This record gives sequence, C-alpha cells and structure tokens, in this order.
Amino acid sequence: MAALCEGYTLCGLVPAVNRRSSEIKGIEEERDSDHVIVTDSSRSVTLYKVSDQKPLGRWTVKQGQLLTCAAVFNKQTNEYVAVSDNKVIRIWKEDDIILDKAFKATVSADVQSVHCAHGAEPAVLFQRGAVRLLDSLLSAPQQPVEEVLVQDEAIRWSTSIVTDTQQLVIFTTELKGDHFLYLQRLKPNSVQKYRLEPEGPGLSPLSFWASYRDKNICLLYLYPNGHVYQSLVSVRAPEADEGTQVVSLPRDQLLSLPVGKELLEAASAIFLDDAHIAVVGVPHPSAGPGKDFLCIWNTNFQTLQAAKEMAGKLYGQLWSFSSKLFIPHGKALSVIPFACPRSSLASALGKLKQVKTEESKTSTVVPSWNTILHGEEAAAPKPVEARKTRTTRKTQSSLSLTIDQVQDLIKMASVEEVEKEVQGLLSRQDPNDPQLSLGQLAMALVSRSLADPKFYSSRALTQLVPTRCLSHSVCPDLLPLALEKRDYFLCQLCLLFFHDIPEAVTCACLKAFISLSDLDAEKLSLEPDSVSFMEMLLSNEHAQTGLQNGFSPTFCEEDRTDAVDNPKAKAKEKKKASPQQTCPVGKHKAALINEILQTAYSEALLLPHLKDFSSDQVVLFLRYLEFLYLRYSTDGSSQTHGYRSPSLNQVMDWVCMLLDAHFTVLVMSPVAIDLLLNLQSFVKSQVRLFSELGKIEGSLQELSKMKMKKDVGQYSIEVMELY
Amino acid sequence: MIQMGEFKVHRVRFFDYMPSAIRSMAFNSHTERLAVARADGAVEIFNFADNYFQEKVIAGRDGRSIEALCWVGRRLFSAGLEGEITEYDLENLRPRYSIEAYGGPIWTISSNSQGTLLAAGCEDGTVKMFEILEDRIQFQTNLSRQKGRIISLSWHPSGAQIAAGMMDMIKIFDSETGQATHRLLVDRGVGTSKSREVVVWSVAFLNDHTIISGDSAGKVQIWDGLTGTLISTHLVTKWDVLVLAISQDESSVIAGTSEGTVVQFQFLPSTVGQQDKFWVQTRTFKNHSHDVRALVHTDTAVVSGGMDTQLVVRPLLDKVEKNTQESALHKIAFPHRNLVSCAKKAGLLLFQFPDHLELWRLGESDRNGTPGESLPVKRKPEKLIQLKIKGEDHICCSALSPCGSWLAYATVAAVRLYRLQLSSSNVSIQKVSKLPRELKSVHQLCFSSDSCRLFASSSFSSVVVVALDQTDCKYLHTLKHKSGSKQPIHILSPSEDGQWLATANTDCEIHVFNLRKMKLHCSVPAYSSCPTAVSIHPTSGNLVSVHADQQIFEFSLKQKEYSVWSRQLQRQGLHPLWLQRDTPVTQITFNPNNPAHIMLHDVFMFCIIDQSLPLPEAKSKFYNQRILRSLPEPQRLRESHAFKACKNFQHLLSVNLLEDLSLVVVERPLVDIVCQLPAPVRQKLFAT
Repeated sequence: MAALCEGYTLCGLVPAVNRRSSEIKGIEEERDSDHVIVTDSSRSVTLYKVSDQKPLGRWTVKQGQLLTCAAVFNKQTNEYVAVSDNKVIRIWKEDDIILDKAFKATVSADVQSVHCAHGAEPAVLFQRGAVRLLDSLLSAPQQPVEEVLVQDEAIRWSTSIVTDTQQLVIFTTELKGDHFLYLQRLKPNSVQKYRLEPEGPGLSPLSFWASYRDKNICLLYLYPNGHVYQSLVSVRAPEADEGTQVVSLPRDQLLSLPVGKELLEAASAIFLDDAHIAVVGVPHPSAGPGKDFLCIWNTNFQTLQAAKEMAGKLYGQLWSFSSKLFIPHGKALSVIPFACPRSSLASALGKLKQVKTEESKTSTVVPSWNTILHGEEAAAPKPVEARKTRTTRKTQSSLSLTIDQVQDLIKMASVEEVEKEVQGLLSRQDPNDPQLSLGQLAMALVSRSLADPKFYSSRALTQLVPTRCLSHSVCPDLLPLALEKRDYFLCQLCLLFFHDIPEAVTCACLKAFISLSDLDAEKLSLEPDSVSFMEMLLSNEHAQTGLQNGFSPTFCEEDRTDAVDNPKAKAKEKKKASPQQTCPVGKHKAALINEILQTAYSEALLLPHLKDFSSDQVVLFLRYLEFLYLRYSTDGSSQTHGYRSPSLNQVMDWVCMLLDAHFTVLVMSPVAIDLLLNLQSFVKSQVRLFSELGKIEGSLQELSKMKMKKDVGQYSIEVMELY
Repeated sequence: MIQMGEFKVHRVRFFDYMPSAIRSMAFNSHTERLAVARADGAVEIFNFADNYFQEKVIAGRDGRSIEALCWVGRRLFSAGLEGEITEYDLENLRPRYSIEAYGGPIWTISSNSQGTLLAAGCEDGTVKMFEILEDRIQFQTNLSRQKGRIISLSWHPSGAQIAAGMMDMIKIFDSETGQATHRLLVDRGVGTSKSREVVVWSVAFLNDHTIISGDSAGKVQIWDGLTGTLISTHLVTKWDVLVLAISQDESSVIAGTSEGTVVQFQFLPSTVGQQDKFWVQTRTFKNHSHDVRALVHTDTAVVSGGMDTQLVVRPLLDKVEKNTQESALHKIAFPHRNLVSCAKKAGLLLFQFPDHLELWRLGESDRNGTPGESLPVKRKPEKLIQLKIKGEDHICCSALSPCGSWLAYATVAAVRLYRLQLSSSNVSIQKVSKLPRELKSVHQLCFSSDSCRLFASSSFSSVVVVALDQTDCKYLHTLKHKSGSKQPIHILSPSEDGQWLATANTDCEIHVFNLRKMKLHCSVPAYSSCPTAVSIHPTSGNLVSVHADQQIFEFSLKQKEYSVWSRQLQRQGLHPLWLQRDTPVTQITFNPNNPAHIMLHDVFMFCIIDQSLPLPEAKSKFYNQRILRSLPEPQRLRESHAFKACKNFQHLLSVNLLEDLSLVVVERPLVDIVCQLPAPVRQKLFAT
C-alpha cells in the first residue's frame, strides 16, 4: 500500500486570497534530492535544504523587476538560471550574493520558461514556441527567434525530459479551446505536434505531467470532471514527412476521480511510479465536499491508497522529487514524504503462506506484476530510481565494490572471493532498492553456476535468500540449481522465503526430499527451528501426555470394534494401532518435508505433478502425513509451542490431495491397504466424535439460553412462588 | 386460587431514580461518621461503626453545590461555589446557618487540628480564616491575597502553617502572620496541555513538613515544605489527580484520578530494615468507572466516591483480617431508606425524587398463571401526577396514605399536604392550605392505616400527630419520649389497628406510643446497632425490628419483652449467609393471610420469614428455594427452613404487599443508572 508519511513545513506562504495559484512559481531540484530551489511569484529564488527545513540562500531581483519563470539549476555548471521581465536571462552561482551583479543577457523575444532536465543542458522555451539551448542562445543573445505558434495560441504548460539519447522539451498549447502537445527534440531539432482529444465543451486540462518510461513519454493530464488520462508518445524521431502534420494523440483513461457535483477548479495529478498517481485538489470520495485532500491512487487497481487532509486552501500545485511531495496549501509549503511499494494480487492467488508473527513483522517485498509477466527486463528502472541508485553508488564507491562491480566479479572470480564480496555487500546493504540489485546478483551467481559446473557458491546464495528481497520469479533458476546441487539447506530456505514457487518445482523438491535417504539427511545442517520442532514432536512420541478432550486412540479402536463385525479384521487392526505413532522418516528429512507442507500452492496445478510420484514415495509420504496427523490429534500441545510448523489443516489438505492423486494405485497396493484402513478408522472416529459433539449441541444451546436473562421491560406482572 | 407462598408480582422498573454524584467526603475518626456531599447539595452521614449504615440524609437544594466538607469535632461544615460556609444541624437534618465569605466561590475548607480555626480557599485568591465559636463561626483574618484561585488547602498539624494549592503553584503561608513563605511551582503537563494551567486539585501537609500534591496534569508530587523543593514526581494518570487523602499515621497517601482509579503511595524504607524512607507507589484500586472526586483514608480502608455515584469502601487487606466481613468490598449504590410509598388499598405508588414526586397507578392483569409465568398486562401502569416542588429546597420525605387520597411531603422549610381524588378517568389534586404550625422541621412522614392520622417526626425526637378528615387537618398531640435523645427519628411505623406507633431514632432507640392514650407505651431495650426497619404485627401486636448489623428482634408489646421466637433466634443465631449481606433490610411487612409470615427485603433479596418453620442451621443451605422447587411436596416440607429468600429481583428499592395480596416490587437496575451517567474519560483499550 502506498502511504503518505507525516509531513513538515518547508516554508511559509503569503496566503493568496483570490488567486487560483499560490505565490510559488516553481520548485526545482538542486544538486541532490535534499536540495530544492523555490521560485516565488514576487522576486526571489530561495535554496532550501529539505531535510533541515532551512533556507541556504536567497536571491532577489530589484524592485520593479519580476521573475517570470521558475529558476532552474544546471548541474553541469552548478549555476542557477532564471528569467526576469520575460527577456532578461540571469545566470548566477551559489556564492553570488547580489543577483544584479551576476550575469545578465537580454534576448530578443519573450521567454516562456527555462528547463533543465537532469544532467542536460538548459533549454529555453520562448513564448511563441521556439526552443533554444541556453548556450547557443547566449552566444548570440539578440538572434532572431522564429514563431512556431499561430496567433492566439498560448503555451499552457511545459517541461523537459532527457532520454538515453535525446533531450526533449514538451509543451502544451491552447488555441480556441483545442489543446495541442508539442514535442520538441533538440540535437537534432525536430518538432512534432499532436492534438489532444477534446474532452467536452469548455473543459481544458487542469494539469499535465510527463514522465519517461519504456522509451515512451507518458503524459498524464487531469480534466475538471475528474477524468485522468494517460497518453504515450514515442520519443523516436518520426519519419520526415510525418513531422509536419498534426497527429491526434490517443489516450487511455486511467481513472475517473469522484468530483461531486461541481467541476474541479484547481487540481493536479502527477505520476509517482508506474502504478501510482498523486492527486491534489480532488475531493476525497468518502469525505464531504469542501475538504482538501492529497490522495494517492493506484491506477492498476483503481483504488485510493492513501489520503491526507491538507489544512488551508489548496492551489492545485504539486511537485514530486525523490519520494517527497511538495504541496503549497494555506499559508505553508509542505513536504510530505511518501512510499509506493509495488502492490500485487499475489497474496490473493493460491493458498497464502501460514503467516506467523515473526514473518508478519518484516515486510516481504512482493515482486511486481511486470516482473512476473514479462521477466526482468520489462521492469525497467524508472528515472527516479535510476537517480537514486546513482547517488547510492556514489556513496559506496569509496568504501568497496558496488553491485555492478560484484556482478562483474562473479563472472570471473573464485568461489571464496565471490562469497567474501557478497557478504560485504550484504552487510552494507542499501535498503532503497535491494530487490532489483540483489536479484541481479543472484541471477549472476546462478548463471555462472549453470555455465561453469565447478562454480557453486552455496554460502553466497544462502546469504542472499533470507534477505527476503528475492523471489522465485526474480531468479527462477535458483531453486532448480539448488536441487541439482543437492543443496537441501538452500532448498529449504527458498521454500521458506519464496512465496511464488511454481507447483512443478515444489513437487520436484518434494520428490527429491522423499527419495533422500535418512542417512544422507542426518548429515545435512538445516534451519534449526524446523529441526527442533521435529525433535520436540519425536521426543514426546511415546510419552502419552494429556489427552485432549478425553480422546484416546485405543479407546477409539475399541469403540470401533462393535461397528466392525469381522473379528479377524478387529485383531489385525488392534495389532496395527501402535506403529502409527512412530515417525516413518528421520527428523531432518521430516523437517524438509514440513517445509513443503507449508508452501503456498493451488490444488489444480499441484495435482498433475503429484501423479508423477511412485507408489513407494506416495506410501512413505502418506505414512509421514498420517504420523503428523495422529500426533496433532492426540497431542494438542504439538502446535502450541511457537515453532514454525505445518498446521493440522495443511496436513489434512495434503493427505486429501495425495489420496486424490493416487487413490487407485493405493487401493491396489498391498503395502498401502493397512495405511488406508488406519486412516479410514481414524477419520471414522473423528466423524463419530463430531457427531457426538453435534448431539450435545442442543444441550449447550439450552445452557446459553438459560444464561441469557429475560429482558424485563419497564413493567410486568409475574407469578412467583416461594416454598 | 392463590396458594400459600404464591404471589402475583407487579414488577416495577419505571422508577427512574438517579443518585447524584459524590462531590466531597469527610470522615470523623472519633465518631466514625462519614459525611458525603452529593452534587445536588445533599449531605449524607454514614456510620462506619455500624455496618456503614446511612443514618442521616440532609436534603439538598437547587443551586447549592458543595465543594468541601469538614468536621470540627462533632460539627459539620460545608462550603461551595455559592460562596457560603454552612454549618449543619445534624439533629434536625438541616443547615444551621450559612455565612457568606465574601471571597467569591469557595473551593475548599479545612480546619486546623486544634479545631479553633476554619480556613476557606476562595476564588479571589484569598484564604479566609474563621474562628470557630461555640455556636457559630466568625471571620477573623485574610491570609495575604494571591493572584489566582485557591483550590485546595491543608494545615500543618501544628497549625502554624497552611499549604494552598493554586493554579500552577502551591503556596505555603504562615498562619500567624498570614504571609506566604514559600512558592512551589508545579510543572504543567507535556504536549498540548503545556499551554493549559495546571490545577493543584489537592494538597496534603504532613507533620514532617512534607507536602504532597495532586494536580490536573496527572501528577502526584512530593515536596519538602521546609526548603520548598520537589522531592519526587509520580505520574499516575493521563488525566487529573482530583483528590488526595492521607492516613492518620501519615504512612500512606491515596490519590483519586479521573480514570476512576485510586492509587496508593506508602512511606516505606527502600530496603527492609533501613531507616530512610521514601514515598513509593504501591497499589492501584479500580472500583469506579468515572472521576474519583472524594476520598477518605480510614485506618483500615480506602473510601472513595465520585461521578459514578457509588460509595466504595475498599478495605486495605494488610490492615484487616482476611476473609472476614471486614475485609469485604462494600459498594453503596442505593439509599438506606425508602423513596417509594405505596397505597396498599388503591394500588398506587409514590416515587420521591429530589425535586418532584411521581404518582403512578399500577397495571392490571385479569389472568392467573403458574409460577414463573409472566401474565399479559391488561391495563398498563399509568403516571397520574407529577408534582414539582415549590421553592429551592429538595424533598426530604414523602408519604402516600394507604387509601390513596392523601399525599404529603416535607422539605426543610415546609410540609405540604395534598388531597387526591382519583377516579378511573379523572385525577384531581388539591393542596390543603392550612396546616397546623406544629408541622415544621419534619424529617419523616407517615399516615395511619385508616388514613385518618398523619404522623410527622419533628425536632427533639418528637412525633406530631395530626388528624385528617374530609376538609381539614387538625393538630392533635406531640408524642415525646423521655430518654433525652435529640437524634432525629428515621422510622415511623403505626400498627394496622391504629393502637400503636413505633418510632426509631439514630440513637438506636425504639419507642412505642399508645395512640389511644397518646402517650409512651414502652421503649424496646436498646440494642447497639441502629434499627433499619421496624414494624408492628397486625394481629399479635409484636414489634419486629431489623438492625444494621442484620439482627432481627421480635418484641411483644403486651408482655413488654422479647418474644419466645426472638429469644430462640438469638440463642441459635442467624445463618452466616444472612449476616454476610451488606445492605440493610429497609422494609418489613406482614401477610394478613398468614400471621406467621414476616416479609422483608434489602437491595439484593426479598425474604419471607415463616415463624412456624425451624430456623436454618449454620451448616444448612440458606438460599434453598431452587432446591426446594425441585423436590416433591412432602420432602419439600421437611427440607424447608424459616428463611424463604428470593433473589429473583435485584436492586430492590421497595417491596409492598397490596390489599389483594399481590406484591409490588420496585427495582432500579444498576445498569440503568450506569447508562445514564456521562461518558467517562476516554481510555485506550487494547486493540482499539
């Protein structure tokens, strides 16, 4: 679930009385994610350190002059660029104190805005639609500037995006109620004009937001009727002839936000990641109108994920830098950190793992749908994430090897060296996006092992798996590899920590575990908790501790005899009554099988694979399940010890499935017939117990009725007798 | 036909009796009397030496709000937000006088241990000193005036100093010079309450000059009163600490909080055997759902009261013997007197509220049924009259004549008598305008069984007899006894035949007057425990009395001696379970059909004593009705004993036998009272 964290105020605002927008003209990221520059509509640009809520510097133009566009920061040169009075471009550095003394250049046409995407050169957008790179403009400030837009066409919104190869300036215009999108490519220059599909009479988009994703520019826009659309624009340069004509822009409706009766006035929507958008100025669906909310919506599931009521008037302005939202409201500009973990329906599919308390404490990272459906590549890093890893890499590089370097190392180095580096990497693990990087690491390890039979680093992998950052879909070859290498400890860990193991693989593991000889199994070092559970179960195997509700297997045997007429069968069954209490497998093997019992599965998918088992394997497995079942039913304490253990229901489910899959074989097999009879007798006794319980149900209900006092009203006339 | 022991029961739950919240308490350890002030201005006196019996009730009045009570010797003073100090006349159950303190609302009063001075803390920031004279109090001096109200006061036992709890601070005054000698600043609460002034709700000044304070930030603080320094702070609640009480030996302090808890602190050495002691938080009692506004620390128990209207006596288990009557928790939720009068012949009920009376006609059913059955109600009960009192004084007693044609009530100021005329369709009420002037200062009213006489207990334990006829009422006589006791009569009980009138007063005396001769017939030998119910048998003329210690006596008026049955009962002793009940029997009635039956009830049970049956052995099962029901008839007779107790009805306020031998049971379920209380302070429950 996406979540909005507790916000804090970055700076105060002079409350705008009648204006639709706040005095904030723009917020741009400065040198890193913790610094922003805020341009206000009066005359000043302020640099803030966000985490300190503190201004670091402030620059103001002279009285009578006005800043006409938001200042930007050029990371290449560490310079600030702003435009005053539409025509004067100003450039200064952080140590310039007086803005008037800094560099100024007057250009020949009115500037709309200056954009400086990450790591790119600043680009200047003129009011009439022309775009120039700053450097080339400053080389001849008075150069003539062409008019791209027609008469009455005005720019409504603009931004700039840098792709791998290209820098783009995107802006939208309005002309007589029609809206157009211009995609201006720089170096080489080309412009593409798109027409936005009209939404309805008089409805103009309230806000735009663009992000670069999967080689497309993704444009998000919000209409006053609450409709949120997404349009994908390819960044590839069009064919030569295409460039000139106006193409209609296809759109997908992402959301239809509830707006109530009135249309929205000031609102905006921005992308947080590929599945979440933040919306401001749209009423909360369950709060009344007139309340101002900041909401996060999941576009995949169309659900409201988080909402926060904002005090004071909202201006429909919203910025987002590195998991922080900047929102002016009332008398303050607030910073609200947010988190958008990928949501999934994984938990809704198949049988969910038995969640014990310790598991629920740590959040498990669930792989996104993209990863599952399209493999690793589809989940291309988003710009925000890329930036983040870049910064973290920067901080790590001085200490030791980065993930990339370790990945390279894995391709070549010896097992020992790899293990050492992986351990080192894990010890200073960066929590920002561990899933991706560790997944890559595991992939590298596995592919090396697959390619080079001599290379297998069990230690590195067993360290990686418990980080809970991996899943089967991230690294599908890991578990089969472990099986192949007979690394059963790793198998156990995978079964324990992966929630998305396909049934085929689960069955393969089960097969391997069952056919494992007990002698070999004893030598394994397994997860201690699972072994202790088996030890506990086996230690009181013969100690007939307190019987639950008076149930005694022998009693039930005797009880059953009157139902079974055949005295021979009776004797036979009596003889067999005791052996069920001994465990048919060793404790290590049992611990491994227990792990299988606790995995998630879906019956329909599991059954075909279960059919592949040989009858011996099935009988052994069934014996073990019967043992577990008997222990659980006779000894109520076996499940209340705090160890991670299969539940009685899980055991029952597996028994049923196994019988479903192999019933005909089992019935024919002479070895299994006793087992089946035992199971049947046991089930019969259970059924009998429940029918007995059913009989006393009436009496119990009568008891509860007696307890309930008759509700005497305000007045009644009763007859009473005293003896 | 109705069999022996079978009754048609009118089960009445429409008496909306609502007790008032407890505001303040004071305990007189010499007389062992606890004075309790309620939010409606009423003052009640409980006798802790006699099974916590509620001896006296002084009715409140509109607009009187008592903030503090104080005993000075046997004299009781109160003060409240109306700015007056009142002394009570405990013999006539009325305020003796009130003196305006001229300092605005009074938050607290406290007398020095010598009993010579009474200090009052006022809204205007003054502590006013009153000299306690023989018959009144007289203003003596003001201590130096402070900014901010004086909320709480405590004298040093020497009387030389007095500590005053104020807003944000505690001041210590020299009581001689009147100058403040120390100022102890009290921290405000953390968080949002930082901006709010902290109120020092209570202070206690100990002999070793330790000052203990409880404040609205939830703290109990221990101060050194000599240096004015803070010794320790104990945060006991998120809400207010409203009241503190110290034990007589100053080794234990209890603090009452808004959460309904009482927290105990004890002065203990940190390790066993060491000399230096510290105040240590030891126990927490939770017996209230709402604010604990009043606390008393007796030698053996914690007595607490508050918004939830119940008086709770929680014995300290280290001070009493375990598993005895004394170690049991007592909750007093209902008054120990009757608020319901029943007109036996007319089937009417009169409910007494502080400021009004309600007259109801019972419903009817034309069917008979088997025991345990509810009968269909043919006619619903009906409220005939709601009589609002005139004036500000609350009702102290009321009575309805058995025929249902007279209604009387009294306040401390006046007695009012009404003539009722009820037909099936028409109700008329007419005030009797001219009452004899002897009818004043009345604290108990009663009509004779033929409704021709009105008896009113008056001052000096006297009874005024007034004759009633169709048109007027005439003073006949004042009955007086010669014992010299001036205590008020709390029980008036005329005999059915009109010959006798029994009276009982809080000096534990029972006097019987001959109404034909209008003079004292005899006095029942005095018993140490106060009678809680007295009644004269209609045929045998025996007087049956039940006392606060649950003893039952039967006194023959003819022979002037205890009856044989009574002596046998005393010899054999009552059943332990009977003695363990903790609410007094408040009513005794007789069954005219069966002279051997005595019917009595307390809050939790209704009992018929059959004098013809053997008394229960100590080992036999006392509450045996359920067993008897399951036995066949002959065996039942063998198994049964004299006490036929019925616990079907709970929270009984009154049980009466109508003329048609059906019972009227008035219940007031405690849950109905609790659900009318305001919401308690919000408490965080687990998983909410």
